[in-house]
Amino acid sequence: MTDTNKIQLDLEKQGVFMSTVNRFYNWGRRSSVWPMSFGLACCAIEMMAFGLSRYDVARFGAELFRASPRQADLMIVAGTVTKKMLPQVVRLYNQMAEPRYVLSMGACATSGGPFRDGYNVVRGVDLFIPVDVYIPGCPPRPEALLHALITLQEQIDNQKLGKVRWYGGGDRPQMQDFPIPEFGAKGLEIDGKLVDPVGGLPLVSPYTSPDRGEHKTGMLEHPEITRRFPIMDPTVELENALKARGVAPEIVANDLKRSEVPDATA
Amino acid sequence: MPLLSAEELRTRLGRDLPGAVLEAAPLQIVPPAHGSKGPFVTTDVLVEPTRLLDAALYLRDQVGYTYLSDIAVVDYLTDNLLEVVYRFYHLDGGPSLALKVRLPRENPELASLTPHWPGANFHEREAYDLYGVVFTGHPFLRRIYMWDEFEGFPMRKDFPKQGDKYIGAEE
Repeated sequence: MTDTNKIQLDLEKQGVFMSTVNRFYNWGRRSSVWPMSFGLACCAIEMMAFGLSRYDVARFGAELFRASPRQADLMIVAGTVTKKMLPQVVRLYNQMAEPRYVLSMGACATSGGPFRDGYNVVRGVDLFIPVDVYIPGCPPRPEALLHALITLQEQIDNQKLGKVRWYGGGDRPQMQDFPIPEFGAKGLEIDGKLVDPVGGLPLVSPYTSPDRGEHKTGMLEHPEITRRFPIMDPTVELENALKARGVAPEIVANDLKRSEVPDATA
Repeated sequence: MPLLSAEELRTRLGRDLPGAVLEAAPLQIVPPAHGSKGPFVTTDVLVEPTRLLDAALYLRDQVGYTYLSDIAVVDYLTDNLLEVVYRFYHLDGGPSLALKVRLPRENPELASLTPHWPGANFHEREAYDLYGVVFTGHPFLRRIYMWDEFEGFPMRKDFPKQGDKYIGAEE
């Protein structure tokens, strides 16, 4: 925790509490992060487990799932965000009172996941709202969600009151509502402009990790590679649906490079 | 338990509804699936599109297959047709029976079953939404999954491919 020095801790042991306003605010915020009860897909099942007694998020002060965005501090985007659902997601985020945080839970919310190349799923919710912590997994286990919550609490501990983005500080102040996309003929539009094109380029979010010093070039980054899916290639002979016939060329050439891995030879 | 086979149904339909049953031409599946032996030949009953309602009501009232389980659409791009599959179950159990209808890919139009099976409502709306099959007589035929402003029918095989999976893929 920031603003902690030895004298302060020693005094706390003797029952004398000294603090700064900053630390006091952050302590209050980190200790009662109330999530919004808001699930979109199968990740929400893991989120329920995270809230109940086996994983028991009450240990971290975040057990109070609020049914209203007005009372919630944390939006756990738990699951696949379809394009039809996204306007409501952005609207709910806009309705949350500051301080507000977003956890992007699972592959779908982070990048679109297995549905990324489809026609109906948003390629990452961070294209539209700022995400504080990403959780990999499909779905992530409740422990992963707990870890994300603890990571978020560490981020809250590092906040400086004068530099928080919703008070107008920092690199990217957020004093206005986020624009709510509208339905267009080809996809979602903001001000008549397509924001999630279906033409298929990976997009880089303008909002990613706003407090963590991550710099975005704004360039579209995609490697010019040809991808092959041998299982979909009719010229590859299959033994069954999951296994190609024959032996992989790496195994034939004894080229698995096991000896280069130190653990493998021990 | 009723154990009516597709062949028996075809002979009964051919006897009682003359002209309703068509001979199913083989279909191309492109690219060929693993283990495929030439064109795909269906064993299910292929019905003349204008006689679909007659055949479905015959299946319900005379044969007793009352439960319309689902409506599916298959896009055979190389044969330039859409195949609509209606699957019926008997409430006493047993395997299902299917009625198939083949429609042209341009302006596919079919009589709605919703006035007789209210449960067909959402299935037909889905088929309209994703494949563009128009069901005449449907009380509320509009998109169900995609938004109303959306253009195109995304489950058709000529809907544009999208996404980085297809970067560098030869067309």
